[in-house]
Amino acid sequence: MSLTVVIVLLLAFSGGVYWLGRRRAVAQAQAETPLHSLPGYYGTWVALWTGVPALLLLLLFLTVGPRVGEAMLSANPPAAVAQMPPETAQAFWSDARALAGGRATSAQPWTAEERAALDAKVVEARRFHNTLTWGSFALAGVLALAGFLLAWPRIKPGLRARNRVESWLNVALIACSAVAVLTTLGIIASLMFEALRFFQVVSPLDFLFGLDWQPQIAMRADQVAAKGAFGAVPLFAGTFLIMLIAMCVAAPVGLFCAIYLSEYAGSRTRSVIKPLLEVLAGVPTVVYGFFAVLTVGPAFRAFFNYIGSWLVEGPIDPVGRYLMGVQGEMALTAGFVMGIMLIPYISSLSDDIINAVPQSLRDGSYAMGATRSETVKKVVLPAALPGVMGAMLLAISRAIGETMIVTMAAGSQARITANPLDSVTTVTRQMVELLTGDQAFDNAMTLSAFGLGLTLFVVTLTLNVIALRVVQKYRQAYD
Amino acid sequence: MTDPILTAAAERRLKKRHAAERRFRLYGQLAIVFALGFLAILLGRVVQQGYTTFWTHSITAHVYLDPARIDTSDLEGNNFDYLAAGDLLKRIGVKDDELGLASGEAMDLVSRDLGFRILDRIKADPKIIGQTLTFTVPVKANADLYYKGEIKRSTPAGDRKLSDRQMDWLDTLKAKGLVRGHFNSGFFTRSDSTEPEQAGVLGAVVGSALMLLVAALIAIPVGVLGAVWLEEFAAKGRISSFIEVNINNLAAVPSIVFGLLGLVLFVNWMGFPRSAPLTGGLVLALLSLPTIIIATRAALKAVPPSIREAALGMGASRTQTVFHHVLPQASPGVMTGIILSMSHALGETAPLLMIGMVAFTPGLPETLTSAASVLPVQVYIWESAAEAAFHERTAGAIMVLLAFMIVMNAAAVILRRRFEKRW
Repeated sequence: MSLTVVIVLLLAFSGGVYWLGRRRAVAQAQAETPLHSLPGYYGTWVALWTGVPALLLLLLFLTVGPRVGEAMLSANPPAAVAQMPPETAQAFWSDARALAGGRATSAQPWTAEERAALDAKVVEARRFHNTLTWGSFALAGVLALAGFLLAWPRIKPGLRARNRVESWLNVALIACSAVAVLTTLGIIASLMFEALRFFQVVSPLDFLFGLDWQPQIAMRADQVAAKGAFGAVPLFAGTFLIMLIAMCVAAPVGLFCAIYLSEYAGSRTRSVIKPLLEVLAGVPTVVYGFFAVLTVGPAFRAFFNYIGSWLVEGPIDPVGRYLMGVQGEMALTAGFVMGIMLIPYISSLSDDIINAVPQSLRDGSYAMGATRSETVKKVVLPAALPGVMGAMLLAISRAIGETMIVTMAAGSQARITANPLDSVTTVTRQMVELLTGDQAFDNAMTLSAFGLGLTLFVVTLTLNVIALRVVQKYRQAYD
Repeated sequence: MTDPILTAAAERRLKKRHAAERRFRLYGQLAIVFALGFLAILLGRVVQQGYTTFWTHSITAHVYLDPARIDTSDLEGNNFDYLAAGDLLKRIGVKDDELGLASGEAMDLVSRDLGFRILDRIKADPKIIGQTLTFTVPVKANADLYYKGEIKRSTPAGDRKLSDRQMDWLDTLKAKGLVRGHFNSGFFTRSDSTEPEQAGVLGAVVGSALMLLVAALIAIPVGVLGAVWLEEFAAKGRISSFIEVNINNLAAVPSIVFGLLGLVLFVNWMGFPRSAPLTGGLVLALLSLPTIIIATRAALKAVPPSIREAALGMGASRTQTVFHHVLPQASPGVMTGIILSMSHALGETAPLLMIGMVAFTPGLPETLTSAASVLPVQVYIWESAAEAAFHERTAGAIMVLLAFMIVMNAAAVILRRRFEKRW
């Protein structure tokens, strides 16, 4: 009997209880003792008592059940496993779980003794699994019955069933809005937890200020350079360079788009251009990545190689030779495409902010004889400046956290450079590289991704908090 | 026409100011042209590189199942592709050399699907050995590219994937009417494959649909109810403003961080399967939650207080007021927000890479917990593939992805236009 069947049974039972409760309420109602609430509320109230606690228990089982089973399984490791190196022991446990669940095992060769231990553990794992499953099913049944028996006798015409149902609902609503807070807490907790494990191996100072990024060498424990090099400064530099290029493209273009749309364009032009910019904003980032790799990259390469071929054997021959060898995979490609991606974001944020500048300011300026552009430059923009700065900060935070474009177009050499024609790597790109493929959570290489993730989260969060504050304060000032 | 009051100097200044005005306006127009120009180039390039995906070529092969060449004791061990390639050459009048090199080369022109289909037929009925059977199968990706003109004879022989005589054979086959161009329905009915000509997007589309279903089932009720509490029930105080700040910040957290959360929380701690629609859907649900809450709150805010006051005046409770009157009035706005956030979730890639969704997944995902691929990840995987034939498929998959997004966005726009009320 699977979980789905149990849940369907539970829902069916609650449905039946709803109907029974409703009928009981109607049957009890008399002329001198009318029902306090509509009959449906009585049914709903009984059904809630019956269904909700049991469902919550099943949910708990679904989420933590497998973990509890594993913990019980590995509570007393057999003697053979205790002597194994950690990787082999891990393979042993995963094989035991796989065999118990009827899945394919790893290719690890086990000796006869280990095999016997494994088989014993498989039996044990099945037993634990069955106990847990049936135990939780039985407990859910008991809870459902208990809820029903508790609520059933209390159905009286005087019961304020509507108020009770509404307080249930209120709790549910609060729980729903708490999910957002829990998500934030979950992000912080999970990043902190794994990052702390990383910082036990690599000191945070080495990580934040080290100049050498070579996580690959930490693959094998028996190598000389087993510790690897986890200095993240090259990644920060690469991220910063690409962000800077992106903002150089997006900030002026986005701002001018917003100015034109809000100050110059008529309502018909606006109604055509705004949705088109929204389309640009809705294009998935992986498509921008594809665009960067197959269109912008080759175009830039051809352009620079062409310029290079002009300069070769001229007065600045080395520059020409360098340009001849430029490849498509470079910071400029990724930054430029990211800039295009950010244009609609900056433009729509700035558009809102510019529109919030009161018309009286503009009218005053026009009355003094200023032209439109003078009004924009001397009155509207200074008034909107804090808000526009906030929008720029939000865009910067987005550029730093953007993943797909840099993963596909930026390259993977970690180096500190200010040359946009060089291939650089970024924090997000390295996270993808470290966490795709084999994920063993016991080496510094995988864990370093969480160090990077924590840094990324802290930086973007700081930027967002400042930016949102600025934007909000500014909006209030003119409301 | 000059104003008599203006001095010559003032007139010069005025001219300068007007020129500055025109320049400023031009900058604005240039910015718009730049942005929309790149939108056009982007979409144009995708279509230009991808439209050929929807057209492909199939070959009709008549295969004589020579009893002398088929080892019936070990059917799986036979190279039926090689057998069929020899027949193909005979049909266009090419004599094979003693080593069978020509057949080997001809084998590279027809999809490996042919061999599997012959094997299946023989397994179903071993008596057909000795007969001549007719199959219609896709041509190999490189041959397809040749017919489409992507592989050209003018390229030096070392730089192209087909030899001169392979191209000659392809021309002859086409001239004899054995090769036929047709709509590439296989692209929509097959899943990922290592062979470009057999790779399709069905698995990814189904995976995306399952994942969006999970995300919608969680994010929509939680997001809408959460927004209802914040907007209609919560006392405006410290707690609600803390939650509000929290949600606004969450909306701006990079999506890859949500992937890390999913990896640690769902995969590592709760033991959910990696690369499954269930896990991905949960991550996408958390990711789209802030957007849904913000959109729902905006829609609720737009409902005028008179509606609430009228309902309360008639004796409805606050809950009844909200759920019977306010929320239905706000529903077009809520729906628009939901659709837009789901369309955004559909294009999300980075968090899914974090939970291991880069594995090669051939078939269709059968359950919510089996390994699956989704459209944007399929694009990412194909983009990094070495074969040239995957490039057009990448663009083709992007076109499918964009088509879904356009449908969703159009639905949102229509909803907004049709049902939005101006109070």
